[in-house]
Amino acid sequence: MKTTRSNNEDWDLVLESGRADRHYWKDLWRYRELFYILSWRDIKVRYKQTVLGAAWSIIRPLLTTIIFTIVFSKIAKLDNPGNAPYALMVFAGMLPWQFFSNALSESSNSLIGNANLITKVYFPRLIIPASSVITSLVDFAISFMILIVMMFWYHYIPSWHIVFLPVFIILAFLCAFGVGLYLTAVNVKYRDFRYIIPFIIQFGLYITPVGFSSSVIGEKWKLLYALNPMVGVIDGFRWCILGDPLNWRSFLFSFVVIVIFLIIGISYFRKMEKSFADNI
Amino acid sequence: MSKIIEVRGLSKSYILNHEGKESYTALRDVIAQKTKKIFSFSNWKSTNKTKEEFWALKDIDFEIEQGDRVGIIGRNGAGKSTLLKILSRITEPTNGSIKIKGRIASLLEVGTGFHPELSGRENIYLNGAILGMSRAEIKKHFDAIVDFAEVEKFLDTPVKRYSSGMYVRLAFAVAAHLEPEILIVDEVLAVGDAQFQKKCLGKMEDVSKNEGRTVLFVSHNMGVVSKLCNKGILLNKGKIEIDGEIDHIIQNYVNFNNLTTEGYYYDQTKANGKSNFIKTVVLKNSENHTKSDFTFNEKVRIDFVLNIDEEIPNLQIGIGIQDKLQNRVSTILKSITYFNKNDKNEIHGFVDLPASVIAPNYYSLVVAIWAKDLVINDIQENICPFRIHDNGSDFALYEGYDYGSVILNPNWYNA
Repeated sequence: MKTTRSNNEDWDLVLESGRADRHYWKDLWRYRELFYILSWRDIKVRYKQTVLGAAWSIIRPLLTTIIFTIVFSKIAKLDNPGNAPYALMVFAGMLPWQFFSNALSESSNSLIGNANLITKVYFPRLIIPASSVITSLVDFAISFMILIVMMFWYHYIPSWHIVFLPVFIILAFLCAFGVGLYLTAVNVKYRDFRYIIPFIIQFGLYITPVGFSSSVIGEKWKLLYALNPMVGVIDGFRWCILGDPLNWRSFLFSFVVIVIFLIIGISYFRKMEKSFADNI
Repeated sequence: MSKIIEVRGLSKSYILNHEGKESYTALRDVIAQKTKKIFSFSNWKSTNKTKEEFWALKDIDFEIEQGDRVGIIGRNGAGKSTLLKILSRITEPTNGSIKIKGRIASLLEVGTGFHPELSGRENIYLNGAILGMSRAEIKKHFDAIVDFAEVEKFLDTPVKRYSSGMYVRLAFAVAAHLEPEILIVDEVLAVGDAQFQKKCLGKMEDVSKNEGRTVLFVSHNMGVVSKLCNKGILLNKGKIEIDGEIDHIIQNYVNFNNLTTEGYYYDQTKANGKSNFIKTVVLKNSENHTKSDFTFNEKVRIDFVLNIDEEIPNLQIGIGIQDKLQNRVSTILKSITYFNKNDKNEIHGFVDLPASVIAPNYYSLVVAIWAKDLVINDIQENICPFRIHDNGSDFALYEGYDYGSVILNPNWYNA
């Protein structure tokens, strides 16, 4: 046993069944340039191909915000716990949600969309869903501009909490990444799974506090509600931008759920990764 | 010379699912099946799924030394592509190990990851990164790549507007400037025009011979393999048939490819009272082994047995060689009186077609016995199909092009 070990050290690379794990994280670092360039490709192609391009990432959240404001504030007459205008509150929730849903649908189709790469060259496959989530981050940045415009419009000065916003952006990123990893791996195995993904996203919108504040949820349901990881992220966004009170207990709960999703996502992805090239 | 790749007991199996028409599983089917199982207790142990294990590679052992240029040959389904995929880490082996020294780059397709919307310049960077080059490396070689591909004018045009020739040139140019210790190439030379193929081949020769890199090359084109490689591995049904010097391997491949050793054998039941007829015609090599596949530099021996009961003056045997479109390439004839007759009134003779003359391609024979004034005693058409394989003629690069059926090798002079 020991002799084979020392023997193996003379070689730069040993390929054996189940051995890929050893170089995995090192490889991920070695292939970082590929990660940059694939992200760059996705972004470039995305804004080259669509006529509306960047405009689309402004129009969509803006229109949805207007409709949600009318429906939830004017028609349903739901409470707004903070002192910010209702539209601003909706938009502060819309931002992370739109990022999450874009990232999720992009990343869950990413492996299938890059099948030609997967069957022809080696690289840590984790790069593909990761770079597709990055693409959605650009959309997020563009939409963020509207938020700034809206703040000027309403003469609203954000609270000092806004310095913590990057933390919640990262959290939203990890949340989308974790779930996306799982879905994209399932997608390779079961090709009809992609028809379920838009449904998951649509369903998610209804159970996530986008058009309303999570404070309208009764106290005894709060923890159950926080099982939806985006609840924590959106509450965090509103805490940062609007200074709305943050229920730390339920936020922590959401945080734990995100970490669990991430662990499950990565480990399932890693397990399935070996057979991607054979199945795709 | 030191070992750069060591492969031990390498195997790869795939599970073939005979039930599904699709190569992938649909969740709908899985759910449907599970529910069916729950509700049909009688079929509880139903094994209507016929899964079969298929070994694409089985117990492969070989070693490759630094600077070797190894041709991997074998018929379709022999496991060549699977071997390349495992070596390039696209898929994992089921059993066994591969040990590699140095950086490995694989070129299983020309232009992997090219995006039609992006410009030539952008695609160079993208493709380079996909093949494992760093940004700095690509920058260093950028001008050389553009130069090699001859696309300066179109650098900022999206590649979807490129002609297919330009596309392939650009793609190969990027790959040609990779600097790995080990380069794996799969039949990429099968694309592009002949001139560019020649350029690519030149580049590959340069890379391997002059820069001392190790190249693994898969191709069906024996001519190119023999030009480029010095070693070879012959795969058959997932196992190594033989490995060693390339000439030896190609010779073996050609011999071993002899599935159709169909000679002509006289059928007694169809005999219609001819007194002079052709009994057998068989193709052999110089060692008298029956075969149908020959290399270009090998003599083709036509071995025949004739039955001559009736002596007719000026009786001749004629053999016509025809190409796959049944155009006559050449005809040879000989008087029957030249041959000795045995006591069963049989003539057994052979003729050797010269080596290095008949161009690599598919051929068949027309054999006839006739007398003066073209009175035919017996004629057999389209018999003994055979193939000449290129093993490094001057035309190796032009496989598939019509350069004639006969290769002359004349002397050339300065006037």
